[in-house]
Amino acid sequence: MRKIDFHTLGPLIALIALVVLGASLNSAFLAPANITNVLARSAFIGMIAVGMTFVITAGGLDLSVGSMAAFLAGITIIAMNVLVPNLGTHWGTILIGMGVAVLGGLAAGYLNGALVTKARIEPFIVTLGTMGIFRSLVTWLADGGTLSLDYALRTLYRPVYYGGIGWITWPIICFALVALLGEWMMRHSRFGRHVEAIGSNDRVARYSAIDVNRVRLLTYVLLGLLVGLAVVLYVPRLGSASGSTGVLWELEAIAAVIIGGTALKGGRGRVWGTVMGVLILSLIDNILNLANLVSPYLNGAIQGVIIVLAVVLQREKHAAGER
Amino acid sequence: MKRRSLMQGAAVAGLLAMTWGSAALAQEGEKTVIGVAIPSATHGFMGGLNWHAQDTIKRLGAAYPNLEFVLSTSGDSAKQVNDIEDMMATRDIDALVVLPFESEPLTAPVKAVKDAGKFVTVVDRGLSQEGIEDLYVAGDNTAFGRVAGEYFKANLKPGAKIVVLRGIPTTLDNERVEAFQKALDGSEIEILDMQHGNWNRDDAFNVMQDYLAKYPQIDAVWAADDDMAVGVLEAIAAANRQDQMWVIGGAGMKEIVKRIMEGDKQLPVNVTYPPALISSAIEMTALHFVSNAPMTGRFIIGSQLITPENAEKFYYPDSPF
Repeated sequence: MRKIDFHTLGPLIALIALVVLGASLNSAFLAPANITNVLARSAFIGMIAVGMTFVITAGGLDLSVGSMAAFLAGITIIAMNVLVPNLGTHWGTILIGMGVAVLGGLAAGYLNGALVTKARIEPFIVTLGTMGIFRSLVTWLADGGTLSLDYALRTLYRPVYYGGIGWITWPIICFALVALLGEWMMRHSRFGRHVEAIGSNDRVARYSAIDVNRVRLLTYVLLGLLVGLAVVLYVPRLGSASGSTGVLWELEAIAAVIIGGTALKGGRGRVWGTVMGVLILSLIDNILNLANLVSPYLNGAIQGVIIVLAVVLQREKHAAGER
Repeated sequence: MKRRSLMQGAAVAGLLAMTWGSAALAQEGEKTVIGVAIPSATHGFMGGLNWHAQDTIKRLGAAYPNLEFVLSTSGDSAKQVNDIEDMMATRDIDALVVLPFESEPLTAPVKAVKDAGKFVTVVDRGLSQEGIEDLYVAGDNTAFGRVAGEYFKANLKPGAKIVVLRGIPTTLDNERVEAFQKALDGSEIEILDMQHGNWNRDDAFNVMQDYLAKYPQIDAVWAADDDMAVGVLEAIAAANRQDQMWVIGGAGMKEIVKRIMEGDKQLPVNVTYPPALISSAIEMTALHFVSNAPMTGRFIIGSQLITPENAEKFYYPDSPF
């Protein structure tokens, strides 16, 4: 039993080790401003990764989330820019914009889910396709350039990313709420148990009278919703979207999920682990920037090593726990 | 390698004006097909370049009815090679204007076009073998770094501390950064840090936040690209340190040029690296076919300093960049 506990705690231990490393390398690391920065910038990938945990646990995969985020940011900005002359610069316009992002996310997630469950196409292929579609659409909408939010509206919207309660900014609060809810859903709700059951063995799940397709579809819709929420927080940060928004977010989210101990083949989901995975990835970036440890050319290599190492360590512990 | 400008900007402008009127002189009969192969609009600068390419093609197509253009945009080198092969096989092009996605993989395919007796114009990124192209049109990366470096040297006190954001690791980025460092030689300006922001707003935002956390004193930032400058400015605003440092971007994005025009203290100047250089390349290639003006050699477009006084000249409100 104690070994299994240790396995669950693995990502947490890695995270603590990184924090200690960061603090010993640079005193600015533990300053509230730096902590706020790191947590807030983790929030986008973090919320997406929580949704991704459900999709992967149910045996699926979604490669389209980065492009989807860029596309949703694009239509959100366009919607708000169109509405400004009619509705004026106030929170109503922003709320409609947020609505566009969230509804767009639900629709995009439904599209992925329906293609996987109703048209019975492999999730890898479906989302590889929609990844290209969303990315091209945002480039087309932006005419190859950048879509920028109306300046006055942006000034009003800005506090949604930068404001908050003291140094705990809204993205951090949203990320925390999403993580808590996600953990609760995975551990204690019927939906979460169904997701794990389908991921371990969908045939058995079907014989147990679980509506497999409906649950799978819902995981993609949930992920779409969370991408929409991430966009609501992303747009006020820079007030712009372009073809290069959200590039590789899907892989970062998948990496975070795997580092956190969720099995890529499905059946075992760990939302807390995912949160740790996201923080680990952001901290590596942050520490490399703060510390000048290695040539910046090698940042990607360091991240790669840590991702592989995290998974290798977990595999061994996991195997030991099962024995 | 030493670059010589065989033709000066002014001379070309004059030529263009002269040949404008003689458009009707273009020979009757068969159409001349010009293929244009450029990378797709994946970031701000390339978006601007795509816009200028389309705009120029539309304009030239109307001015010279016997010229026909084929435009292809590609997301990677392999696709660009395919596009060029398709142009040769199916459209029988007479000339190729190419901005190579990468130098090495494109060298052999472009050489094949040249060996087939076509007129070849290479834009911005040189091929890895010399003497293939008839015409080479490029921005000046060394000057891009040098002009920025000279501004820092002239406008900062000795002992000032600056940070630098680099682009995607490429030769082009190295040339710029080396020239920048060389321009700062002999001054007592200290470069605190140089990290890669990958010409991306979000990456630059993150890197700048970390710089701000790490260094209590920063007097100026060389963002080296206007997309990165946008992310940098946002990070500075979030840390409430707008009054402590100014930022120099590069390439002349319209929003940034507008702020320089308005005399923004945070953005005193900018250095050009015009995406419209593709227009120069297409126009000159077209002129090769419709005029007697010699259009071979190397044409290097200098990098200029955009100041509040001359900013209006560099402001293209219709371009997406």
